[in-house]
Amino acid sequence: MKIDEIKNTVSLFRLKRSIILGVKSLWMHKLRSLLTALGIVFGVCSVIAMLAIGEGASYEAQQQIKDLGSQNIILQSIKPTNTTTAGEQERSLILEYGLTFRDISQIQSTIPGVEVTVPSRDVKDFIWRLSLSVDGTAQGTVPWFPEMKNRDVIKGRFFTQVEMERRSNVCILTESLARKLFPLDEPIGSAVRMQRSYFRVIGVIEDKPTSAGSETDLSTEDDSGDSMAMLIPITTLADHFGEVLFKYRSGSFEAEKVEVHEVTVRIEEADRVLPAAQAIRHMLERNHSDSDYKMTVPLDLLRRAERTKQIFNIVLGSIAAISLIVGGIGIMNIMLATVTERTREIGIRRALGAKRKDIVLQFLIETVLLSGTGGLIGVALGLSIPLIISHFAEMKTIIQLWAPVLAFTISVVTGVLFGIYPAFRAAGLSPVEALRHE
Amino acid sequence: MDEQSSAATLPKPVIQLKGVEKHYTMGSIVVKALQGIDLQVFPKDYISILGPSGCGKSTMLNILGCLDKPTLGEYHLDGEDVSQLEDDRLSQVRGKRLGFIFQSYNLIQQLTVLENIEVPLFYQGISEKDSREIAVDLAGQVGLGKRLDHRPTELSGGQQQRVAIARALSNDPAVILADEATGNLDSKSGGDILEIFDALNDRGKTLILITHDEGMADRTNRTIRLKDGLVQFDSKSPNAGGQQH
Ligand SMILES: Nc1ncnc2c1ncn2[C@@H]1O[C@H](COP(=O)(O)OP(=O)(O)O)[C@@H](O)[C@H]1O
Ligand SMILES: [Mg+2]
Repeated sequence: MKIDEIKNTVSLFRLKRSIILGVKSLWMHKLRSLLTALGIVFGVCSVIAMLAIGEGASYEAQQQIKDLGSQNIILQSIKPTNTTTAGEQERSLILEYGLTFRDISQIQSTIPGVEVTVPSRDVKDFIWRLSLSVDGTAQGTVPWFPEMKNRDVIKGRFFTQVEMERRSNVCILTESLARKLFPLDEPIGSAVRMQRSYFRVIGVIEDKPTSAGSETDLSTEDDSGDSMAMLIPITTLADHFGEVLFKYRSGSFEAEKVEVHEVTVRIEEADRVLPAAQAIRHMLERNHSDSDYKMTVPLDLLRRAERTKQIFNIVLGSIAAISLIVGGIGIMNIMLATVTERTREIGIRRALGAKRKDIVLQFLIETVLLSGTGGLIGVALGLSIPLIISHFAEMKTIIQLWAPVLAFTISVVTGVLFGIYPAFRAAGLSPVEALRHE
Repeated sequence: MDEQSSAATLPKPVIQLKGVEKHYTMGSIVVKALQGIDLQVFPKDYISILGPSGCGKSTMLNILGCLDKPTLGEYHLDGEDVSQLEDDRLSQVRGKRLGFIFQSYNLIQQLTVLENIEVPLFYQGISEKDSREIAVDLAGQVGLGKRLDHRPTELSGGQQQRVAIARALSNDPAVILADEATGNLDSKSGGDILEIFDALNDRGKTLILITHDEGMADRTNRTIRLKDGLVQFDSKSPNAGGQQH
C-alpha cells in the first residue's frame, strides 16, 4: 500500500500527463496565457539584453586597460600648465620639463619589485617617404618595448639591443603609418626620413590602442599623432634630434627640453603594483616641483572599471528582480482568477479521487508552464536583441552562457513562488463546496 | 468483488450508516439536515431515494460519497469506518470504491470524452495504455463509441450524462451514486439513462439514485423516503421508519 502510494505520487507518467493537461488548460485561453506570460518574457529578455550590452561595454574598457599591461605603471611627461612666467619664456628660453633619466634610475634602484622600465622619447615632425609625407612622431625607445606594451610586431622585426647600442638608423612603423606611406608596396627594406635623417624600415607594429571610454582617462597629450609613429632606438633619437626639441607652432618657435616622454615601469608581481605606484608617486613628488608628469596605473583603472561594473550589475539585478516580481504578480493574479473560474473542475477532480497535492501539482505545473514558456520566449528575444544591436549600432555585446540559463531559471522559480498560493487555495476547497460552485 | 454468498445467509452490507447526523452552522442558527440516519446497503441493491426538496437527500448522498463527513454517527464502507478519515484517505476511498453521477453532468470542459472517462483512472495511477483501453470499452458500452474525441460542448445533455456514467464505472466502484441524474434531461434521454442503470444493476452493480420521479420507485428494487432529515420509509424493512431507539 505504502509503496503503491509513493509510486502513484512520483511516477513520471503522471507528471507527463499532468503537463499535457496543463498545456491543454492553458491552450483553452491562448490569449490570456500569452498576456500573462508577457511580463516574464520582457523581464527575462531585458535581463539578458542588458547583461549582454553591459558585458560588452565593460569588456571593451577592460580590454583596453589590459592592453596597457596590468603589471605596468605608466609615467608621462606633460607640459606644466601653471608656469607663471610662460609669457616671457616663450620666445627666449627653452622650456624644460618632464621626466628625466635620473627619475628612471632612481625608480630602478629604490623602488622594490621593479622589473623593467621602458623609456620613450618623442619627436613630432613630418615623416617622409619620397614625396609622401605624414605629420607624425618619431618615438625613441628600447628593444623590449613590444613585449611590455603588448603590441605585436606584425611584419619584420623590432630593433635589437645591438642596434640600440650601435645607434642604428632603423625604424619600425605603426600599421597606420605604413599604410599611409606605403599604400601599394612593401615597407620593409625601404627608407623613410624625418628632418635630415633617414631610417631603414625593419618592421611594422600594431597601432597604439585607442583610448578607452572617457572615464578611463588614458589619453596622452597629443593622442592624434600617436597612431602615426615610427619607433627607433632611443639612442638613435638623441643622436639625430638632440636634447632640445624645436617646434614651430602658431607663428612662433617653441623650444622644449624633455628627456623622457614616457616611462613604462613593469612590476614583478601584480600585488605589488599599487604599493609601488604609491612609492613612485612620493619619489617623483620630491624630485619635481611642478606637476609636469602624469601617472597611469592600468591595474587601478581595471579595479575601478570592475567596481563600476559591479555597481552596474547591482542596478541591473534590481531592475531584473523588479520586472520579474511584476511578472510574477501578473501570473499570481491570473492564477487566482483561474482557480476561482475552475472551482467546479477542482470539485469534480476531488470527487473522482484527486488528493489535495494532486490539485496543488496541477496548478503549479500550469504556472511553471506559463512562466517557463515566457522564460523561453524571453531568452529567445534576449539573445536576438543584442545581435541586432551589435549589427546596427556597432556596439560590442557579449552573451555569457550563464545569463540565459540564470534568467530562465529565475523565471521558472518566479512561477513556482507566485503559483504556490493560488495552488494551495485551490486545493484547500472542500469537495462539496467546490462542486456547488457555479 | 463477486459475491459468492448463498441466499440463505444475509450478505455483508457494503454500506452501513449508524445514527448519522449532519449539522450546518450558519451564524447562530444550526440547521440539522440529517437527524439520525440508520441505513444498510447490500451488494446489488438498486435504491431510489425520494423525498421533498430540502429533506436532506443530497446531504446524505454527499456523506455516502465521502465528499463530506457526518457531524455525528458512523459510516462503514466495505467494513471500514470512513466517517472521520483524513482528507487524503477520503480521496483514495472516493477514487477506488465510489462512482458519481451528477445532475449537471460535471464533465471537464477542456477534455475529450475519452479523457473525461480516464480521469478517475489517472488518479489511481493506472497506466496510460490500460486506462485508454478501459475508457474506449466503456464509451462503447454507453453508446459513444463514435464520439471518443468530442468535447462536452459538442454533445447533447443525454450524451454528456452517458459520458459521466462511463466515467463513474471506469474504476469499477463498489457503489454508484447518482444525484438527480435525469433532472436536466428530457424524458427520452432520461429514459435512456435509466435503462443503462437497469442494465448495470442486472450486471450486479450497486446503485443509489436520488430522484424526484415517483415512477422510479417501481423501477428500482428498493425505495427509501426521506423527510426532514430522517428515513421515513424503507421498502426493504417497511417498519424501519417508525422504529424508535
Ligand atoms: N452547505 C450548507 N450550508 C447550510 N445549509 C445547507 C447546506 N447544504 C444543505 N443545507 C441545508 O440542508 C438541508 C438539506 O439540503 P439538501 O440535502 O440539499 O436537500 P435535498 O437535496 O433533499 O433537496 C436544506 O435545508 C438545506 O438548506
Ligand atoms: Mg438535492
